[in-house]
Amino acid sequence: MSSSEKQTLLSIARLHKSFDEVEVLHDVSLDVGKGEVVVVIGPSGCGKSTLLRSINGLETINSGAIFLNGEDIASGVTPWNKVRQKIGMVFQSYDLFPHMNVMENILLGPVKAQGRDRKEARRQAESLLERVGLLERQDAFPRQLSGGQKQRVAIVRSLCMNPEIMLFDEVTASLDPEMVREVLDVMLELARQGMTMIIVTHEMSFARAVADRVLFMDGGRIVEAAPPEDFFNCPRSERARKFLNTFTFEATRKERRTVE
Amino acid sequence: MHFDLAFIQNYAPLYAEAAGLALKLAFWGILFSTIVGFVCSLIRYYRVPFLSPVTGAYIELSRNTPLLVQLFFLYFGLPKMGIHLDAEICAVIGLTFLGGSYMAEAFRGGLEAVSKIQIESGLSIGLSTPQLVRYVILPQAFAVAVPALGANVIFLIKETSIFSVMALEDPMFVAKDLIGLYYDTGEALLMLVVTYLIMLLPLSILLTYLEKKVRHAGFGH
Amino acid sequence: MPDSGISILFEGRNLIRLAQGLWVTAYIAFVSVALSTLLGVLVGLAMSSRFTALRAVMRLYLDAIRIVPVLVLLFLAYFGLGKVFHVNLNAELASILVFTLWGAAEMGDIVRGAVTSLPRHQRESGLSIGLTEGQVYRYVIIPQAVRRLLPGAINLATRMIKTTSLVMLIGVVEVLKVGQQIIEYASLISNPTASFWVYAFILFLYFAICYPISRYAAYLEQKWQS
Repeated sequence: MSSSEKQTLLSIARLHKSFDEVEVLHDVSLDVGKGEVVVVIGPSGCGKSTLLRSINGLETINSGAIFLNGEDIASGVTPWNKVRQKIGMVFQSYDLFPHMNVMENILLGPVKAQGRDRKEARRQAESLLERVGLLERQDAFPRQLSGGQKQRVAIVRSLCMNPEIMLFDEVTASLDPEMVREVLDVMLELARQGMTMIIVTHEMSFARAVADRVLFMDGGRIVEAAPPEDFFNCPRSERARKFLNTFTFEATRKERRTVE
Repeated sequence: MHFDLAFIQNYAPLYAEAAGLALKLAFWGILFSTIVGFVCSLIRYYRVPFLSPVTGAYIELSRNTPLLVQLFFLYFGLPKMGIHLDAEICAVIGLTFLGGSYMAEAFRGGLEAVSKIQIESGLSIGLSTPQLVRYVILPQAFAVAVPALGANVIFLIKETSIFSVMALEDPMFVAKDLIGLYYDTGEALLMLVVTYLIMLLPLSILLTYLEKKVRHAGFGH
Repeated sequence: MPDSGISILFEGRNLIRLAQGLWVTAYIAFVSVALSTLLGVLVGLAMSSRFTALRAVMRLYLDAIRIVPVLVLLFLAYFGLGKVFHVNLNAELASILVFTLWGAAEMGDIVRGAVTSLPRHQRESGLSIGLTEGQVYRYVIIPQAVRRLLPGAINLATRMIKTTSLVMLIGVVEVLKVGQQIIEYASLISNPTASFWVYAFILFLYFAICYPISRYAAYLEQKWQS
């Protein structure tokens, strides 16, 4: 499944972004096809989070263009709050609104931002919650949920806006290990259903399983882009090899410890 | 120590009336303080051009000068420049001038407690700025600000005790009068303290209760 | 005419008299703040002590002081002590007594907040690297507690300085009272706008004293927040 066969949904052209003097994104270009799952990996500070945040207008870009369905969304013509209704985003930290229960959290966007009928939105929210196994927790407040449950609700909150693309910014990074799986399973299921996604993650085996294409970023550039089998089996760039090595090195150390 | 009960009975209604006046002035002062403080805190929070530095200057001026001197200036100073204000209006303006900055600081504390990620996730589901303020920022900011707002209410009611300098007949005025006229100092002072306790104690208990409730709600960050 | 009125400040010995008044204000404020700080630390330690009864007594003291307006406390000390207990204090002493009682209670609460907010593992990790109990206090607890309480303590000091303006109402001749006297005299020699300028000047004086102090507290708070 290569992206060229499919219609392009998101197209990023020559993106530049600096914080003060430091350039964090250097000439980044990327096309994402409809239904494609792109996983972005790379060392911390490589610009992968900034890339996602730029797509959602949380960072102002210095130059370049971002097209969603052919419309330049970074030009300022369409207000960001309209654009964001088509782009779902889930963050690393549990970002549910603490003063609202699960259902209110999910309905806020559809009802207030999109102006949809409350009953209709509620039906959709219920079916989405059912799919992630949290329907019976719809009246719970965020403080009563585990980290994994909160992240699943956060995903549902974005999905309920019927976005055209979902952005995931290290959504399992602050989770306890035993809760990582339940969140990743939800994302895998979404991929199976054909949702277009860009995922920033450090979970390498998950990346391998979910990605149509893996992007390796370093120093604000896309260093390598390849199907997951190619990338993980024989990365072309030295930097990608080194980066992947840090993970295998950890693995061998663990093996040795169990032998002792 | 011996208290003259007849004296107390005689003059208790005077204190009650005076407390009524103090509470009335406090009510309006606190109401306007809250409005002024709320607007100022939003101006500061969103760094509205021009208005933000002006608001900042007001807050500093108000917080770093005593209410008594502010009132003397309003009540005795301004008429000399052709601005005549009724004593009660002066009292409400003075209390608002003072309280506005305290309320602004209380709201600011609440606004700053709303984390960046909350704002970003509100934005990422497509809320407009007014919607973000209304549904995400204010409810959280308000809950955090409740203890500080409540403390300000009590603080401002206590500050009304200096209104007697403008010849307003508040409890202090009555006490001073009675001490001057009859030398029944013990009784006059006792009634003064009791009056303020009746005015403030229920509020203070309510505040402690609210504070506990808000803290327990905890939001679970 | 406004521009003629301001001259009242520079006539005769007026500026010197205002400065003398300000000295009385500063003296009362300084003595009260100093005493409050000393007593406040003790009160604060008592408030965070293990003895429930001691904590309860201190709590009662704090709440009692907090719920009564300072002006009422001044009246109680100045008029009440003499009448009821036959202890006659002059107005200045009564003021210092009230401000110290009030300041020590508030300072105590600030100290309590700083001490109890320190995480327990700070003490434990100090002990675990072999420090003695005393060394833990000297190098770990006190430096952190001071950082936590200093901004609040400085803010309390500015509040006390501002509140000293009330002492004129029990007859202390401080800066505001001197201002009043100047205005009374000026109205005799027909300077109609004197009160505007004198009170504006006193407002400025208080601002000039309190503003730098509260900025410093804000600076410390920001610096130590992380």
